[in-house]
Amino acid sequence: MSTNEPNTNASPPGTRGADAMQTLAGRLSACMQCGTCTGSCANSESMDITPRHLWRLVQLGLKDCIFDSATFWICSSCYYCTLRCPRGLPLTDAMGELKRIAVAEGLFRDRTSPLFYRTFLDTVRRYGRVREMEVMARYFLALRSPAVSAGFTPLGIKLLMKGKIKPRIPGMSGRGKLGPIYDKVREMEARS
Amino acid sequence: MKYFYYSGCSLEGTAAEYDTSTRAVLRELGAELMEIEDWSCCGASAAESASYLLSMVLPARNIALASRTGIEADFVVPCSACYLNLRRVGDHVHRDEALAQRINEVLSEEGLTYQKGLKTRHLLDVLANDFSCEDLDERSRRKLSGFKVAPYYGCQCLRPYRDFDDPQQPASMDPLIEALGAQVHPWSAGARCCGAGLMTTKKNVALRLVGDILSAARGADCIVTVCPMCQMNLESFQSKISRERGEKLDISILYLPQLLGLAFGIRDRELNLHMNLALTEPFLHKLRTITGC
Repeated sequence: MSTNEPNTNASPPGTRGADAMQTLAGRLSACMQCGTCTGSCANSESMDITPRHLWRLVQLGLKDCIFDSATFWICSSCYYCTLRCPRGLPLTDAMGELKRIAVAEGLFRDRTSPLFYRTFLDTVRRYGRVREMEVMARYFLALRSPAVSAGFTPLGIKLLMKGKIKPRIPGMSGRGKLGPIYDKVREMEARS
Repeated sequence: MKYFYYSGCSLEGTAAEYDTSTRAVLRELGAELMEIEDWSCCGASAAESASYLLSMVLPARNIALASRTGIEADFVVPCSACYLNLRRVGDHVHRDEALAQRINEVLSEEGLTYQKGLKTRHLLDVLANDFSCEDLDERSRRKLSGFKVAPYYGCQCLRPYRDFDDPQQPASMDPLIEALGAQVHPWSAGARCCGAGLMTTKKNVALRLVGDILSAARGADCIVTVCPMCQMNLESFQSKISRERGEKLDISILYLPQLLGLAFGIRDRELNLHMNLALTEPFLHKLRTITGC
Protein backbone atom coordinates (compact mmCIF):
# COMPACT_ATOMS: atom_id res chain seq x y z
CA MET A 1 0.00 0.00 0.00
CA SER A 2 2.88 2.35 0.72
CA THR A 3 5.89 3.43 -1.22
CA ASN A 4 8.20 4.53 1.53
CA GLU A 5 8.01 2.05 4.37
CA PRO A 6 10.75 2.75 6.92
CA ASN A 7 14.21 1.80 5.73
CA THR A 8 15.44 -1.30 7.50
CA ASN A 9 18.86 -1.94 6.12
CA ALA A 10 20.72 -1.01 9.31
CA SER A 11 20.86 -2.39 12.84
CA PRO A 12 17.62 -2.58 14.78
CA PRO A 13 16.60 0.19 17.16
CA GLY A 14 17.21 -0.15 20.84
CA THR A 15 20.93 -0.76 20.70
CA ARG A 16 22.53 0.14 24.01
CA GLY A 17 25.56 2.00 25.18
CA ALA A 18 28.17 3.81 23.06
CA ASP A 19 27.01 1.93 19.97
CA ALA A 20 23.61 3.53 20.14
CA MET A 21 24.69 6.77 18.47
CA GLN A 22 26.62 4.91 15.80
CA THR A 23 23.72 2.63 15.10
CA LEU A 24 21.44 5.60 14.75
CA ALA A 25 23.91 7.37 12.45
CA GLY A 26 23.92 4.21 10.32
CA ARG A 27 20.15 4.15 10.10
CA LEU A 28 20.15 7.78 8.95
CA SER A 29 23.16 7.57 6.64
CA ALA A 30 20.97 7.94 3.57
CA CYS A 31 19.71 11.37 4.70
CA MET A 32 20.53 13.83 1.91
CA GLN A 33 19.63 16.97 3.86
CA CYS A 34 16.68 17.91 1.67
CA GLY A 35 14.76 19.43 4.58
CA THR A 36 11.40 17.84 3.80
CA CYS A 37 11.26 16.79 7.46
CA THR A 38 11.69 20.36 8.67
CA GLY A 39 9.15 21.65 6.18
CA SER A 40 6.66 19.03 7.34
CA CYS A 41 7.24 19.41 11.07
CA ALA A 42 4.36 20.84 13.09
CA ASN A 43 6.74 22.09 15.75
CA SER A 44 9.90 23.17 13.95
CA GLU A 45 9.21 26.81 14.86
CA SER A 46 9.48 25.89 18.53
CA MET A 47 12.73 23.94 18.10
CA ASP A 48 16.22 25.35 18.70
CA ILE A 49 17.62 23.48 15.69
CA THR A 50 15.58 22.04 12.83
CA PRO A 51 15.09 18.30 12.31
CA ARG A 52 17.20 18.43 9.13
CA HIS A 53 20.06 20.02 11.10
CA LEU A 54 19.69 17.41 13.84
CA TRP A 55 20.07 14.51 11.40
CA ARG A 56 23.29 16.04 10.09
CA LEU A 57 24.64 16.24 13.64
CA VAL A 58 23.71 12.58 14.10
CA GLN A 59 25.52 11.62 10.91
CA LEU A 60 28.59 13.50 12.10
CA GLY A 61 28.38 12.03 15.60
CA LEU A 62 28.41 15.44 17.30
CA LYS A 63 26.91 14.18 20.51
CA ASP A 64 27.39 17.34 22.58
CA CYS A 65 25.54 19.48 20.05
CA ILE A 66 22.75 16.91 19.75
CA PHE A 67 22.03 16.70 23.46
CA ASP A 68 22.46 20.44 24.02
CA SER A 69 19.42 20.76 21.82
CA ALA A 70 15.86 20.18 23.02
CA THR A 71 14.61 19.54 19.49
CA PHE A 72 13.85 15.84 19.90
CA TRP A 73 11.85 16.53 23.08
CA ILE A 74 9.60 18.82 21.04
CA CYS A 75 8.69 16.10 18.58
CA SER A 76 5.03 15.24 19.13
CA SER A 77 5.22 12.08 16.99
CA CYS A 78 2.88 13.25 14.23
CA TYR A 79 4.84 11.12 11.73
CA TYR A 80 4.66 13.67 8.90
CA CYS A 81 8.45 13.57 8.47
CA THR A 82 8.46 9.77 8.38
CA LEU A 83 5.63 9.80 5.86
CA ARG A 84 7.23 12.32 3.55
CA CYS A 85 10.94 11.48 3.79
CA PRO A 86 12.00 10.75 0.21
CA ARG A 87 14.58 8.28 1.54
CA GLY A 88 11.99 6.45 3.63
CA LEU A 89 13.96 6.98 6.84
CA PRO A 90 12.32 6.22 10.20
CA LEU A 91 12.70 9.79 11.46
CA THR A 92 10.02 9.79 14.14
CA ASP A 93 11.51 6.61 15.58
CA ALA A 94 14.91 8.33 15.49
CA MET A 95 13.51 11.14 17.67
CA GLY A 96 12.38 8.44 20.09
CA GLU A 97 15.82 6.85 19.99
CA LEU A 98 17.41 10.18 20.96
CA LYS A 99 14.98 10.52 23.88
CA ARG A 100 15.98 7.06 25.02
CA ILE A 101 19.71 7.78 24.81
CA ALA A 102 19.24 11.10 26.63
CA VAL A 103 17.35 9.41 29.47
CA ALA A 104 19.79 6.47 29.70
CA GLU A 105 22.83 8.74 29.86
CA GLY A 106 21.31 11.65 31.77
CA LEU A 107 21.86 13.98 28.84
CA PHE A 108 19.04 16.46 29.27
CA ARG A 109 18.76 19.98 30.62
CA ASP A 110 15.02 20.23 30.96
CA ARG A 111 13.80 17.42 33.15
CA THR A 112 10.05 17.83 32.48
CA SER A 113 9.70 15.19 29.76
CA PRO A 114 12.01 12.56 31.32
CA LEU A 115 10.30 13.05 34.66
CA PHE A 116 6.84 12.72 33.17
CA TYR A 117 7.70 9.56 31.26
CA ARG A 118 9.34 8.01 34.31
CA THR A 119 6.35 8.76 36.50
CA PHE A 120 4.01 7.40 33.86
CA LEU A 121 5.93 4.15 33.41
CA ASP A 122 6.27 3.61 37.13
CA THR A 123 2.51 3.86 37.52
CA VAL A 124 2.10 1.30 34.75
CA ARG A 125 4.56 -1.00 36.50
CA ARG A 126 2.56 -0.75 39.71
CA TYR A 127 -0.96 -1.19 38.42
CA GLY A 128 -0.61 -2.47 34.87
CA ARG A 129 -2.66 0.50 33.72
CA VAL A 130 -2.41 4.25 33.95
CA ARG A 131 -4.15 6.03 36.74
CA GLU A 132 -4.30 9.48 35.22
CA MET A 133 -4.81 11.41 38.43
CA GLU A 134 -2.00 9.64 40.22
CA VAL A 135 0.40 10.16 37.29
CA MET A 136 -0.31 13.88 37.22
CA ALA A 137 -0.16 14.28 41.01
CA ARG A 138 3.15 12.43 41.25
CA TYR A 139 4.53 14.33 38.26
CA PHE A 140 3.67 17.72 39.73
CA LEU A 141 5.08 16.72 43.11
CA ALA A 142 8.33 15.59 41.56
CA LEU A 143 8.52 18.65 39.31
CA ARG A 144 8.28 21.01 42.30
CA SER A 145 7.03 23.81 40.10
CA PRO A 146 3.98 25.56 41.55
CA ALA A 147 3.58 27.58 38.34
CA VAL A 148 3.27 24.52 36.12
CA SER A 149 0.91 22.80 38.55
CA ALA A 150 -1.21 25.95 38.80
CA GLY A 151 -1.63 25.96 35.01
CA PHE A 152 -3.36 22.60 35.24
CA THR A 153 -5.40 23.20 38.41
CA PRO A 154 -8.55 24.53 36.67
CA LEU A 155 -8.56 21.52 34.34
CA GLY A 156 -8.01 19.15 37.27
CA ILE A 157 -10.98 20.63 39.10
CA LYS A 158 -13.17 20.37 35.97
CA LEU A 159 -12.20 16.72 35.51
CA LEU A 160 -12.95 15.95 39.16
CA MET A 161 -16.34 17.65 38.96
CA LYS A 162 -17.20 15.68 35.83
CA GLY A 163 -16.27 12.47 37.63
CA LYS A 164 -13.61 11.73 35.01
CA ILE A 165 -10.80 11.33 37.48
CA LYS A 166 -11.17 9.83 40.90
CA PRO A 167 -8.79 10.18 43.81
CA ARG A 168 -7.67 6.69 44.74
CA ILE A 169 -5.35 5.50 47.42
CA PRO A 170 -1.95 4.91 45.84
CA GLY A 171 -0.90 1.29 45.94
CA MET A 172 2.13 0.48 48.03
CA SER A 173 5.09 -0.21 45.81
CA GLY A 174 6.64 -3.67 46.05
CA ARG A 175 7.31 -5.27 42.71
CA GLY A 176 4.08 -4.13 41.14
CA LYS A 177 1.68 -5.78 38.73
CA LEU A 178 4.11 -5.69 35.78
CA GLY A 179 7.25 -5.91 37.93
CA PRO A 180 8.37 -9.28 36.53
CA ILE A 181 8.15 -7.98 32.97
CA TYR A 182 9.98 -4.74 33.74
CA ASP A 183 12.71 -6.65 35.60
CA LYS A 184 13.13 -9.13 32.77
CA VAL A 185 13.45 -6.32 30.20
CA ARG A 186 16.11 -4.66 32.32
CA GLU A 187 17.98 -7.93 32.80
CA MET A 188 17.95 -8.70 29.06
CA GLU A 189 19.08 -5.22 28.13
CA ALA A 190 21.94 -5.37 30.60
CA ARG A 191 23.05 -8.60 28.90
CA SER A 192 23.10 -7.25 25.36
CA MET B 1 -19.06 -9.30 13.65
CA LYS B 2 -16.77 -10.03 16.57
CA TYR B 3 -13.86 -7.91 17.76
CA PHE B 4 -11.40 -7.86 20.59
CA TYR B 5 -11.98 -4.52 22.27
CA TYR B 6 -8.87 -2.82 23.59
CA SER B 7 -10.14 0.33 25.27
CA GLY B 8 -6.84 1.57 26.69
CA CYS B 9 -6.35 3.43 29.94
CA SER B 10 -7.81 6.84 29.03
CA LEU B 11 -11.18 5.30 28.30
CA GLU B 12 -11.32 4.10 31.90
CA GLY B 13 -10.83 7.65 33.13
CA THR B 14 -10.85 11.00 31.38
CA ALA B 15 -12.37 9.55 28.22
CA ALA B 16 -15.11 7.45 29.86
CA GLU B 17 -17.70 8.94 27.48
CA TYR B 18 -15.68 7.70 24.50
CA ASP B 19 -15.81 4.19 25.96
CA THR B 20 -19.53 4.15 26.68
CA SER B 21 -20.51 5.76 23.37
CA THR B 22 -18.24 3.44 21.37
CA ARG B 23 -19.73 0.37 23.02
CA ALA B 24 -23.27 1.62 22.50
CA VAL B 25 -22.78 2.52 18.83
CA LEU B 26 -21.04 -0.74 17.97
CA ARG B 27 -23.78 -2.67 19.75
CA GLU B 28 -26.43 -0.82 17.73
CA LEU B 29 -24.55 -1.73 14.56
CA GLY B 30 -24.60 -5.38 15.56
CA ALA B 31 -20.94 -5.79 16.49
CA GLU B 32 -19.91 -8.00 19.38
CA LEU B 33 -17.04 -6.81 21.56
CA MET B 34 -14.89 -9.27 23.46
CA GLU B 35 -13.05 -7.98 26.49
CA ILE B 36 -9.37 -8.79 26.85
CA GLU B 37 -9.06 -10.07 30.35
CA ASP B 38 -6.29 -8.49 32.43
CA TRP B 39 -5.22 -6.13 29.63
CA SER B 40 -2.53 -3.59 30.45
CA CYS B 41 -1.23 -0.23 29.24
CA CYS B 42 0.24 -0.09 25.71
CA GLY B 43 3.16 2.04 26.94
CA ALA B 44 1.79 5.22 25.33
CA SER B 45 4.57 7.53 24.23
CA ALA B 46 6.47 6.99 27.48
CA ALA B 47 7.84 3.47 27.00
CA GLU B 48 10.01 4.31 24.01
CA SER B 49 11.95 6.85 26.05
CA ALA B 50 12.87 4.14 28.54
CA SER B 51 13.44 1.02 26.49
CA TYR B 52 12.76 -0.14 22.97
CA LEU B 53 12.13 -3.67 24.18
CA LEU B 54 9.64 -2.48 26.80
CA SER B 55 7.86 -0.40 24.15
CA MET B 56 7.34 -3.62 22.19
CA VAL B 57 6.56 -5.90 25.13
CA LEU B 58 3.81 -3.75 26.65
CA PRO B 59 1.53 -3.82 23.59
CA ALA B 60 2.56 -7.40 22.72
CA ARG B 61 1.34 -8.55 26.13
CA ASN B 62 -2.21 -7.57 25.17
CA ILE B 63 -2.04 -9.29 21.81
CA ALA B 64 -0.75 -12.41 23.59
CA LEU B 65 -3.67 -12.29 26.02
CA ALA B 66 -6.13 -12.14 23.12
CA SER B 67 -4.49 -14.90 21.10
CA ARG B 68 -4.51 -17.15 24.19
CA THR B 69 -8.30 -17.39 23.80
CA GLY B 70 -7.84 -19.14 20.45
CA ILE B 71 -10.47 -16.86 18.92
CA GLU B 72 -9.55 -15.21 15.66
CA ALA B 73 -10.85 -11.69 15.50
CA ASP B 74 -9.57 -8.21 14.78
CA PHE B 75 -8.63 -5.80 17.53
CA VAL B 76 -10.68 -2.64 17.55
CA VAL B 77 -8.88 0.22 19.27
CA PRO B 78 -10.50 3.63 19.86
CA CYS B 79 -7.34 5.42 21.02
CA SER B 80 -4.94 6.41 18.26
CA ALA B 81 -1.81 6.05 20.40
CA CYS B 82 -2.85 2.58 21.60
CA TYR B 83 -3.71 1.63 18.02
CA LEU B 84 -0.29 2.70 16.79
CA ASN B 85 1.57 0.88 19.57
CA LEU B 86 -0.32 -2.37 19.04
CA ARG B 87 -0.03 -2.03 15.27
CA ARG B 88 3.72 -1.37 15.45
CA VAL B 89 4.52 -4.64 17.16
CA GLY B 90 3.35 -6.72 14.22
CA ASP B 91 5.24 -4.50 11.80
CA HIS B 92 8.51 -4.54 13.74
CA VAL B 93 8.37 -8.27 14.35
CA HIS B 94 7.77 -8.76 10.65
CA ARG B 95 10.99 -6.88 9.89
CA ASP B 96 13.10 -8.32 12.71
CA GLU B 97 12.61 -11.99 13.53
CA ALA B 98 14.87 -11.95 16.56
CA LEU B 99 12.54 -9.40 18.11
CA ALA B 100 9.69 -11.89 18.48
CA GLN B 101 12.02 -14.19 20.43
CA ARG B 102 13.08 -11.36 22.70
CA ILE B 103 9.49 -10.31 23.30
CA ASN B 104 8.55 -13.88 24.13
CA GLU B 105 11.48 -14.34 26.46
CA VAL B 106 10.06 -11.45 28.49
CA LEU B 107 6.44 -12.56 28.23
CA SER B 108 7.34 -16.06 29.41
CA GLU B 109 7.60 -14.46 32.87
CA GLU B 110 3.82 -14.45 32.76
CA GLY B 111 3.44 -17.65 30.78
CA LEU B 112 2.35 -15.69 27.70
CA THR B 113 3.36 -16.03 24.06
CA TYR B 114 3.08 -13.40 21.39
CA GLN B 115 2.02 -14.68 17.98
CA LYS B 116 1.59 -12.87 14.72
CA GLY B 117 -1.80 -12.96 13.15
CA LEU B 118 -4.38 -10.87 14.94
CA LYS B 119 -5.03 -7.66 13.10
CA THR B 120 -5.04 -4.33 14.93
CA ARG B 121 -7.55 -1.82 13.63
CA HIS B 122 -8.53 1.65 14.65
CA LEU B 123 -12.15 2.24 15.60
CA LEU B 124 -12.52 4.67 12.68
CA ASP B 125 -11.36 1.98 10.25
CA VAL B 126 -14.02 -0.38 11.61
CA LEU B 127 -16.78 2.25 11.55
CA ALA B 128 -15.91 3.41 8.05
CA ASN B 129 -15.29 0.04 6.43
CA ASP B 130 -17.21 -2.71 8.21
CA PHE B 131 -20.57 -1.00 7.97
CA SER B 132 -22.20 0.67 5.04
CA CYS B 133 -23.77 4.09 4.87
CA GLU B 134 -27.09 2.26 4.55
CA ASP B 135 -26.39 0.57 7.91
CA LEU B 136 -25.92 3.98 9.46
CA ASP B 137 -28.86 5.48 7.64
CA GLU B 138 -31.11 2.62 8.73
CA ARG B 139 -30.24 3.09 12.37
CA SER B 140 -30.50 6.86 12.38
CA ARG B 141 -33.73 7.75 14.11
CA ARG B 142 -33.15 11.41 13.47
CA LYS B 143 -31.19 13.32 10.91
CA LEU B 144 -28.61 15.79 12.09
CA SER B 145 -29.54 18.19 9.33
CA GLY B 146 -28.28 21.70 9.77
CA PHE B 147 -25.16 20.56 11.63
CA LYS B 148 -21.80 21.38 10.17
CA VAL B 149 -19.21 18.96 11.48
CA ALA B 150 -15.42 19.34 11.24
CA PRO B 151 -13.84 15.86 11.11
CA TYR B 152 -10.60 15.81 13.07
CA TYR B 153 -8.38 12.75 12.56
CA GLY B 154 -5.16 13.80 14.26
CA CYS B 155 -1.99 11.86 13.51
CA GLN B 156 -1.46 8.37 14.73
CA CYS B 157 -4.53 6.71 13.24
CA LEU B 158 -3.30 7.94 9.84
CA ARG B 159 0.48 7.90 10.08
CA PRO B 160 2.85 6.16 9.67
CA TYR B 161 0.54 3.25 8.76
CA ARG B 162 -1.80 4.00 5.92
CA ASP B 163 -4.26 1.29 6.82
CA PHE B 164 -7.53 2.87 5.83
CA ASP B 165 -7.25 6.46 4.73
CA ASP B 166 -5.11 9.03 2.98
CA PRO B 167 -2.49 10.02 5.55
CA GLN B 168 -2.50 13.69 4.57
CA GLN B 169 -5.97 14.34 3.22
CA PRO B 170 -8.12 11.89 5.10
CA ALA B 171 -11.77 11.57 4.18
CA SER B 172 -13.02 8.38 5.82
CA MET B 173 -15.29 10.33 8.21
CA ASP B 174 -17.03 12.28 5.45
CA PRO B 175 -19.49 9.55 4.37
CA LEU B 176 -20.28 8.77 8.02
CA ILE B 177 -21.10 12.40 8.79
CA GLU B 178 -23.15 12.72 5.63
CA ALA B 179 -25.04 9.50 6.34
CA LEU B 180 -26.30 11.13 9.53
CA GLY B 181 -27.68 14.02 7.55
CA ALA B 182 -25.00 16.45 8.71
CA GLN B 183 -22.68 18.49 6.56
CA VAL B 184 -18.88 18.24 6.47
CA HIS B 185 -17.03 21.46 7.34
CA PRO B 186 -14.46 21.96 4.59
CA TRP B 187 -11.06 22.44 6.16
CA SER B 188 -7.48 21.28 5.87
CA ALA B 189 -6.69 20.95 9.57
CA GLY B 190 -8.15 17.47 10.01
CA ALA B 191 -4.79 15.70 9.85
CA ARG B 192 -2.73 18.30 11.73
CA CYS B 193 -1.16 17.52 15.06
CA CYS B 194 -2.81 18.61 18.33
CA GLY B 195 0.49 18.47 20.21
CA ALA B 196 -0.35 15.18 21.95
CA GLY B 197 1.64 14.72 25.16
CA LEU B 198 3.38 18.06 24.72
CA MET B 199 0.31 19.61 26.38
CA THR B 200 1.73 18.23 29.62
CA THR B 201 5.45 18.70 29.09
CA LYS B 202 5.74 21.66 26.65
CA LYS B 203 2.41 23.36 26.99
CA ASN B 204 3.05 26.47 24.88
CA VAL B 205 4.09 24.39 21.90
CA ALA B 206 0.86 22.40 22.06
CA LEU B 207 -1.35 25.44 22.69
CA ARG B 208 -0.14 26.98 19.44
CA LEU B 209 -1.10 23.88 17.48
CA VAL B 210 -4.52 23.61 19.11
CA GLY B 211 -5.16 27.31 18.50
CA ASP B 212 -4.57 26.86 14.77
CA ILE B 213 -6.95 23.90 14.65
CA LEU B 214 -9.71 25.70 16.57
CA SER B 215 -9.28 28.70 14.33
CA ALA B 216 -9.63 26.58 11.19
CA ALA B 217 -12.85 25.10 12.58
CA ARG B 218 -14.61 28.47 12.74
CA GLY B 219 -17.94 28.21 11.01
CA ALA B 220 -18.49 24.60 12.07
CA ASP B 221 -20.93 23.60 14.82
CA CYS B 222 -18.58 21.06 16.28
CA ILE B 223 -15.38 19.11 15.80
CA VAL B 224 -15.47 15.33 16.07
CA THR B 225 -12.44 13.36 17.22
CA VAL B 226 -11.32 9.73 17.27
CA CYS B 227 -8.70 9.85 20.01
CA PRO B 228 -8.86 10.68 23.71
CA MET B 229 -5.66 12.72 23.59
CA CYS B 230 -6.88 14.84 20.66
CA GLN B 231 -10.23 15.32 22.38
CA MET B 232 -8.65 16.43 25.64
CA ASN B 233 -6.25 18.83 23.95
CA LEU B 234 -8.94 20.40 21.78
CA GLU B 235 -11.52 20.82 24.55
CA SER B 236 -9.51 21.75 27.62
CA PHE B 237 -7.89 25.09 26.94
CA GLN B 238 -10.31 26.92 24.67
CA SER B 239 -10.87 29.92 26.93
CA LYS B 240 -7.14 30.36 27.56
CA ILE B 241 -6.38 30.18 23.82
CA SER B 242 -9.25 32.53 22.97
CA ARG B 243 -7.95 35.03 25.53
CA GLU B 244 -4.40 34.85 24.28
CA ARG B 245 -5.36 35.17 20.63
CA GLY B 246 -8.06 37.74 21.17
CA GLU B 247 -10.52 35.66 19.13
CA LYS B 248 -13.57 33.74 20.23
CA LEU B 249 -12.54 30.18 19.49
CA ASP B 250 -14.87 28.15 21.66
CA ILE B 251 -16.45 25.23 19.82
CA SER B 252 -18.09 21.96 20.80
CA ILE B 253 -15.86 18.91 20.68
CA LEU B 254 -17.44 15.46 20.48
CA TYR B 255 -16.17 11.97 19.97
CA LEU B 256 -17.29 10.53 16.63
CA PRO B 257 -19.38 7.76 18.27
CA GLN B 258 -21.17 10.40 20.35
CA LEU B 259 -22.25 12.09 17.12
CA LEU B 260 -23.36 8.75 15.65
CA GLY B 261 -25.17 7.99 18.90
CA LEU B 262 -27.07 11.27 18.77
CA ALA B 263 -28.44 10.31 15.35
CA PHE B 264 -29.15 6.74 16.47
CA GLY B 265 -31.14 8.09 19.41
CA ILE B 266 -28.92 6.42 22.01
CA ARG B 267 -29.71 7.59 25.53
CA ASP B 268 -27.43 10.06 27.27
CA ARG B 269 -26.71 7.44 29.92
CA GLU B 270 -24.48 5.89 27.28
CA LEU B 271 -23.42 8.91 25.25
CA ASN B 272 -22.51 10.85 28.40
CA LEU B 273 -22.43 14.19 26.63
CA HIS B 274 -22.51 15.87 30.03
CA MET B 275 -18.95 14.65 30.53
CA ASN B 276 -17.60 16.64 27.57
CA LEU B 277 -15.63 19.70 28.55
CA ALA B 278 -16.52 21.81 25.53
CA LEU B 279 -20.17 22.01 24.48
CA THR B 280 -21.33 25.48 23.50
CA GLU B 281 -24.79 26.87 24.17
CA PRO B 282 -25.58 27.42 20.44
CA PHE B 283 -24.68 23.77 19.77
CA LEU B 284 -26.87 22.49 22.60
CA HIS B 285 -29.70 24.74 21.43
CA LYS B 286 -29.49 23.33 17.92
CA LEU B 287 -29.44 19.84 19.35
CA ARG B 288 -32.57 20.51 21.39
CA THR B 289 -34.44 21.68 18.30
CA ILE B 290 -33.66 18.35 16.66
CA THR B 291 -34.20 16.03 19.58
CA GLY B 292 -37.13 17.97 20.94
CA CYS B 293 -35.89 17.73 24.51
